Amino acid sequence: MTEQADWPDRLYDTFKRADIRQVAYVPDAGHARLIDRCRADPQIRDVVLTTEEEGVALAGGAWLGGERAALLMQSSGLGNCVNMLSLARICRFPLLMLITMRGEWEEFNPWQQPMGSIIDDVLKLCEAEIYRVRTPEEVAGAAERAVRCAFGDERITALVLSQQLIGKKVWTK
Amino acid sequence: MKLERRAAMATLLADRADELLVVPGLGSTTWDLVAAGDNDRNFYLWGAMGGAAMIGLGLALAQPACRVAVITGDGEMLMGLGALATIGIQRPKNLAVIVFDNGVYGETGMQPSATQRGVDLIGVASACGIATCLDVRDQPALADLAARLKRHGETLFARVLIEPAEPPRMLPLRDGVELKQRFRAALGLSSGAKLRA
Repeated sequence: MTEQADWPDRLYDTFKRADIRQVAYVPDAGHARLIDRCRADPQIRDVVLTTEEEGVALAGGAWLGGERAALLMQSSGLGNCVNMLSLARICRFPLLMLITMRGEWEEFNPWQQPMGSIIDDVLKLCEAEIYRVRTPEEVAGAAERAVRCAFGDERITALVLSQQLIGKKVWTK
Repeated sequence: MKLERRAAMATLLADRADELLVVPGLGSTTWDLVAAGDNDRNFYLWGAMGGAAMIGLGLALAQPACRVAVITGDGEMLMGLGALATIGIQRPKNLAVIVFDNGVYGETGMQPSATQRGVDLIGVASACGIATCLDVRDQPALADLAARLKRHGETLFARVLIEPAEPPRMLPLRDGVELKQRFRAALGLSSGAKLRA
């Protein structure tokens, strides 16, 4: 794996430094390596969800009990979270979301575009702080800042990973 | 036989131990919970419909020395039915999900819920891999459930058959930040965030 392609390991390193103990996700190809790292770590409880909003509630419960959680999803999943984000907003729960983008660059599937195109607007309406990453070099720094924002300021924080970073999905096998 | 909801809640929480943390669903079970006695270790919900069981899961994983009881209604559980699949995979020993099932949406005018039309929550929970699923229909079964809440055993699901009546509303604290902070303080956690990084 090239230096450029190991950016998911930087996210994992950030999770470890921040003492993230619960990592919830609906699987996404862009998060595959990070999910594998978390699943292999006995200090991290990996929680596969049926829908992303479950992760918003899980993270709130984790914080009530004194643990830090992170929620991984692709952009379509943010739409599944909107009402549940009220919980994080009204209680000021720290909520660290890592969102892999679809529908914005070299996208083959047009059904990804409607939700992908409104991610930033939805996040802003939900009072989330947005950290957008476009290149591998930006990943570590942005992840550290997102962690500080989420857990230091008790905010909803979204680390948005651009489709250019993740790469083009291969449709023919 | 169907049970009266306020009496059922009082039975479940009689002689409540400090180790018991309770997350109700929005609406009637939140009113029932405060009617049984306010407690810093209650995290009342005024919204987040469909989220009670998952809040309970995150809390149970974070506090393995405590026992967590999610006590919610059938409508709230139905909105987050997928949580039973998620919990069925994690199976924390200290989590109980209890559904007060009256077959109606009581807060909104007693419209029938899916459980009244034959949807079987016990069957769903069991099919999701939760080994202990109880059908609570009378006082002895309720007393058995209350006893199980006092000990650390296994992931538990219980459907408590409740009569479709709406007792007077009892309204608890509704400031979310205050609810969060008092809950964390009761567990010895700081009210503000501290960076360990």
